[in-house]
Amino acid sequence: MESLLAFVVGGLYAGGIYLMLRRSMIKLIFGLVLLGHASNLLIFTVGRLTSDQPPLVPDGAETLTEPFADPLPQALILTAIVIGFGMQAFALVLVKRMFLTARTDDVHAITTTDTF
Amino acid sequence: MREGMLSRLGLSTTQTKGSLAGWIIALLPLSFFVFFCTLIEPVAMGEPIRISYPWIPSLGVELSFLIDGLSLLFALIISGVGTFIIIYAGGYLAGHHQIGHMYTYLILFMISMLGLVLSDNIISLFVFWELTSITSYLLIGFKHEYQDSRYSALQALLVTGAGGLVLLAGLILLGVVGGSWQLSELFGRGEAIQDHELYLPMLILVLIGAFTKSAQFPFHFWLPNAMAAPTPVSAYLHSATMVKAGVFLLARLTPVLGGTSTWFFILTIVGGITMVMGAFLAIFRTDLKSILAYTTINGLGTLVFLLGLGTELAIEAAIVFLMVHSLYKGALFMVAGSVDHETGTRDIRELGGLGKYMPITAVAGGLAALSMMGMPPFLGFVGKEIIYKSAFGVAEHHMFLIMLAVLAMAFVGKVLTGVSAGLVTVSPFLGSKTTTPKNPHEAPISMWLGPVVLSALGLLLGLSVAFSKGLQDMIVAPAMGAVLHEHEVHAKLALWYGTEPETLMVFGLSMLTIVAAIGIYIRGRGTFASISQRVTMPWNAEQGYQFALNGMQSLARWQTRVLQHGYLQGYLLVVAMTLAGFGGLAFFSQVGLVAPVWSPQFPMVHEWLIAGMMLVATVLTIRLDSLLGAIVALGVVGYAVALIFILYAAPDLAITQFSIETLTVILFVLVLYRRQTITHLLEEEIARDSPAKRIRDLLIAGSVGVFITSIMLAITSEPLVSELKHFFAEESVPHGKGHNVVNVILIDFRGLDTMGEITVLGVAAIGVYSLIKLWFARDAENNTS
Repeated sequence: MESLLAFVVGGLYAGGIYLMLRRSMIKLIFGLVLLGHASNLLIFTVGRLTSDQPPLVPDGAETLTEPFADPLPQALILTAIVIGFGMQAFALVLVKRMFLTARTDDVHAITTTDTF
Repeated sequence: MREGMLSRLGLSTTQTKGSLAGWIIALLPLSFFVFFCTLIEPVAMGEPIRISYPWIPSLGVELSFLIDGLSLLFALIISGVGTFIIIYAGGYLAGHHQIGHMYTYLILFMISMLGLVLSDNIISLFVFWELTSITSYLLIGFKHEYQDSRYSALQALLVTGAGGLVLLAGLILLGVVGGSWQLSELFGRGEAIQDHELYLPMLILVLIGAFTKSAQFPFHFWLPNAMAAPTPVSAYLHSATMVKAGVFLLARLTPVLGGTSTWFFILTIVGGITMVMGAFLAIFRTDLKSILAYTTINGLGTLVFLLGLGTELAIEAAIVFLMVHSLYKGALFMVAGSVDHETGTRDIRELGGLGKYMPITAVAGGLAALSMMGMPPFLGFVGKEIIYKSAFGVAEHHMFLIMLAVLAMAFVGKVLTGVSAGLVTVSPFLGSKTTTPKNPHEAPISMWLGPVVLSALGLLLGLSVAFSKGLQDMIVAPAMGAVLHEHEVHAKLALWYGTEPETLMVFGLSMLTIVAAIGIYIRGRGTFASISQRVTMPWNAEQGYQFALNGMQSLARWQTRVLQHGYLQGYLLVVAMTLAGFGGLAFFSQVGLVAPVWSPQFPMVHEWLIAGMMLVATVLTIRLDSLLGAIVALGVVGYAVALIFILYAAPDLAITQFSIETLTVILFVLVLYRRQTITHLLEEEIARDSPAKRIRDLLIAGSVGVFITSIMLAITSEPLVSELKHFFAEESVPHGKGHNVVNVILIDFRGLDTMGEITVLGVAAIGVYSLIKLWFARDAENNTS
């Protein structure tokens, strides 16, 4: 499954970068979201996949016994998901504001700060 | 009217106040001068004095000072001339609103210059060298409200600063090859350094640094332009001190780098060209300061030329001429400044008969000019005789033809200098009175003291040679010893060397020089100025400077236009191509392609389905021209990620991903559809880029994807070694008191991180809130209006 996900993540990266190279601001944000997903999956996959036991210590036990999922990538990804959401929300509102001011979402139309 | 009367008497209130400060501040250089005087005898008698403080010991950089004959002579000139310059500046700039700046810059410059000549460590020498460039920039640009001042200051800084960087490279080579950063240690290793294969590049780098600083051809052009500075600055920096820093460096490094034939030819040719060219160009000028600037170029050329000859006599000539030049040139610059100050012009065509109105200044100028011409019994005569003697002496080491060339260059240089001496003193002070912008009157004492003392010294030191050995044994011989790196050096100075054929020849040549100079002056003084107006040079070195400067600016503009174009796509393209190109190159050359591993378990149907769904949804996000459709496709990718988290034992991630993804979709729809729908935008977007551009972007994005996939395949083909996995699994319950290990990591082991994350989220929330608030406020405004 790791190998399969490697192709999925590669596809997500390619899609994300392709979207970011478009002139539309909205597509730029879509691209950022895809890159976020891709990066999370990358960390998750290189931390190895296991479908056995989640990193939850059973009641009464002091420690986990193998095999269990690595908790560290999960902690990192959890942080990344939430931060990514914050960034998307801000970028989205910013783009909407920009559209209301400049009447376009074309990044080529806003290469200087002097026009508005 | 009253103001005019008072200032004519040199008594205006502001003038006295300004000069008074000058007199007091001059006590600082004076005390330095007295201190250095007390060192003359110990240095002449015994060993050089070394003082050292550690600075950056790990790099061998020390703040260390070496006081020997050479550095002491320079220190005496710098502090002695500096004393009169400060007094002079007080009179010259009396009433100027920034006179305090002038004092500050002059003192800073003097200290940098003293540091430069006294340094033993070559790195600290370089630091002081650069400090003199910076302070001279401030001094030349003192009248910063004029454009030509700023232009000249920048030019001097760029030329000497660029030379300084070249010099640094040379000094580092010297330190590395010589194995020491201390000059006093390098002196003994001259032969080893000269045999090293890096000797030639090192020598050329050092020479470029010295030549730019000392205005040698072809870097001489900045010096006449630097005359835009107030006269005290020109008198100090551009006659007695800073421009001699390059000469000092050459003299200082003579024991280390000097004596080879490369050294001989480069220095004599460059110095000779500079010497003759400076003297020649000087006589066609009409501005007093400009004439003096070109004769300074001649003087500096002479010094480099003599150091290039390198014989004991030539070094003696260089040391004596250094003193001669500092004395007469400092005095003449100050005289020129006084004339300018009291008459309002520096053009020799407008000046004449000033001797009656400015008697003291005229006498000082006259004495200095006689020394400059080399009239006996002035020190200038002594200096000129030794120069000719050393030129004759060249025959002992080189071909007769070289000796003739050397002699001819020295002769032409000296004759033309004599003509210039006439131009700067006879023309303005003798003859009939002309009308000048201001009514001429004598300069205040602060402005004639310096010229009088310096020019009188030129006479007194010349006379002293006849009956005392003080100058030759206490000053000249120790300085020669330092340049030649020998203890037993004998200098011989005299006004009359006897009646041997050779000394008679030297004396005859010396007299011929004076006669020729007077003859040319009388025949040509009226026509020089008109010649210079008719003849314009087709090309000069300053145009080269302009060309280089413009070229650099267009290069900067071009690269800014190309790299900082303002188009986001361009920047992203560069980032993506760098990642795929360089990252890919490194990865594929080191690791290569790794085949996918389908064991121990081939992916099952539902896994293939999820993967396929994600890729299809990605393509749809890109391709769909309906905004809502694209948002849904993006949501599908997010939910599929959540599914993967569920399948592979990450329940916390799955819960978070599901809720965040739901929120994201709602947010997108809300923001993009509220108030003003922008659904048409994606349709517009698709029409924007040409197919060729899309294919290019697809290729670049695709190669990044291939690179990431290959990396992941390579990583997952190796077994994972993670100590942290077990650390967290074992420590969570005992130390974190929690059974959900992921949560314990977040709020306990990496609690500070989580706090940062919350802060980021808070900031983003504030940003979103204020943007929305602004937007409602705008709405309200639009509705009321």
